Amino acid sequence: MIWNEEFETLPREALEALQLKRLKNLVERVYAAVPYYRKKMEEAGVGPNDIRDIRDLSKLPFTTKEDLRLNYPFGLFAVPFEQVVRIHASSGTTGKPTVVGYTRHDIESWAELMARTLSCGGAHKGDVVHNAYGYGLFTGGLGAHYGAERLGAAVIPISGGNSKRQIMIMQDFGSTVLMCTPSYALNLADVMKEMGVDPKTLKLRVGLFGAEPWSEKMREEIEKRLNIKAIDIFGLSEVMGPGVASECIEEKHGLHVFEDYFIPEIIDPETYKPVPHGQKGELVFTTLTKEAFPVIRYRTKDISRIIAEPCSCGRSFHRIERITGRTDDMLIIRGVNVFPSQIEHVLMSIEGVEPHYLIIVDRQGSLDVMEVQVEVSEDIFSDEVKVLEKLGRRIEREIKDLLGTTCKVKLVEPKTIQRSEGKAKRVIDNRKL
Amino acid sequence: MKLEQISIFLENKSGRLADVADILAKAGVNIRALALADTTDFGILRLIVNDTEKAKKVLKDNGFTVGKTEVVGVEVADRPGGLAEILTVMRDSGINVEYMYAFVQKSGGNAIIIFRFDELEKAIETLRKAGIRILRGEEIYSL
Repeated sequence: MIWNEEFETLPREALEALQLKRLKNLVERVYAAVPYYRKKMEEAGVGPNDIRDIRDLSKLPFTTKEDLRLNYPFGLFAVPFEQVVRIHASSGTTGKPTVVGYTRHDIESWAELMARTLSCGGAHKGDVVHNAYGYGLFTGGLGAHYGAERLGAAVIPISGGNSKRQIMIMQDFGSTVLMCTPSYALNLADVMKEMGVDPKTLKLRVGLFGAEPWSEKMREEIEKRLNIKAIDIFGLSEVMGPGVASECIEEKHGLHVFEDYFIPEIIDPETYKPVPHGQKGELVFTTLTKEAFPVIRYRTKDISRIIAEPCSCGRSFHRIERITGRTDDMLIIRGVNVFPSQIEHVLMSIEGVEPHYLIIVDRQGSLDVMEVQVEVSEDIFSDEVKVLEKLGRRIEREIKDLLGTTCKVKLVEPKTIQRSEGKAKRVIDNRKL
Repeated sequence: MKLEQISIFLENKSGRLADVADILAKAGVNIRALALADTTDFGILRLIVNDTEKAKKVLKDNGFTVGKTEVVGVEVADRPGGLAEILTVMRDSGINVEYMYAFVQKSGGNAIIIFRFDELEKAIETLRKAGIRILRGEEIYSL
């Protein structure tokens, strides 16, 4: 079912006219309200009057995570602060998170977008939405929650963790739609097996999975083991949160971008030039309606391509291919974005610890595990086991405090971690997605 | 009254202990006593050698993290209750033993035990008052 027939099936010409109108308005708003954006536009020699055609978008400067960091926490907000009704945050590249804000209108838009997403996955009024995305600063929990309510479904705000209880509630409350990360879905399947619960006895019909990369192989496994249809959804907090793009249950091939709200572009990450439809590159988003935290040409560092062919579901929106990689070294561990630079930040803040480290990511069963190897220098070495173990635990705790995800610290002999020759190898990812 | 002990950080991988022994052998360093503390991920090798500085240098040159700690070598009567006597004295003085290990060789008819205390000076004072013989560095290194 299509949630908003009028907008989701707009002929391309009408859609582009709407995008242009909204883009002009966006550039005017941002130029007037955010000195940082105005300065960047002036440096690029472009202003609100230069946007006459939708293709003029490419004249505008890009926005990166670095711009967000420089304006921490609220420097890029484009409305007076008293209009902000919600603040979320995601991982930054160092010790500080990336902060985003929403006006009441933004929250309304977001609910609409997530209602569309749920409809894309075949959910409807009367469904019982089991929302196991984390509630909190992370956009997943509340984003999905408001969308499910907008849809008219009964939402169970169960958040993440405590899998046995999740399964009991699925059984007792008759959950029909599951929302969580794909790896957590597999974890639930593992726990069901342990508990002797046959998924066929549950009412679960479909799952909407996002917040981390996954593959067709994982989809097959989830569908088989949970006896549901699995849908890939996409979003990032800098752009909105979940609700930026979604697969339709009809095709399950490529994610429809809600183009009346967001303009997707694919650029060559080396030359920054837009590439033709169908060609792979870095995914870039411009938000058309967002008030509190609009972004212009935000570089996601995700690699995808645009599928411009019409889709059998009837939506006129272009699709993006499932994310196939990153142009930077960001890792996604149990749905949490992790930058190696954040780990480095923690290590450097502990006296005597050298910045030689290696992150090893693996998948044990269906859960991601992260090990951080740290070299033992003379400054931190002790002849007592307890002193070294305490140091390891301290690093683990500080990383958890900053990232919100657990890791295991392993102390290793000096000079065993490869030294940087140009770009040091900081990450070994052994997960087979 | 204090002894110098070197400690070496070892990852739990096969062959590392052999590497240490080999490096010391080639440098002509004689190991007088040793103890290995191990966890699931790493180990700490503690050594009393006949030439502490040399041992430290060759191990560091070979990329090991090496530390130096002061410990106490105590003569313990080689009979039932010999060790208990010393530990009772330390307990009554509120001094903690971080770890301890025994020497292979004997001093006279007595056993030698290496102690790592939390309060070194206080421990030496307490042992002396209790009339327990503490071995000097030269006595130990040249055994």
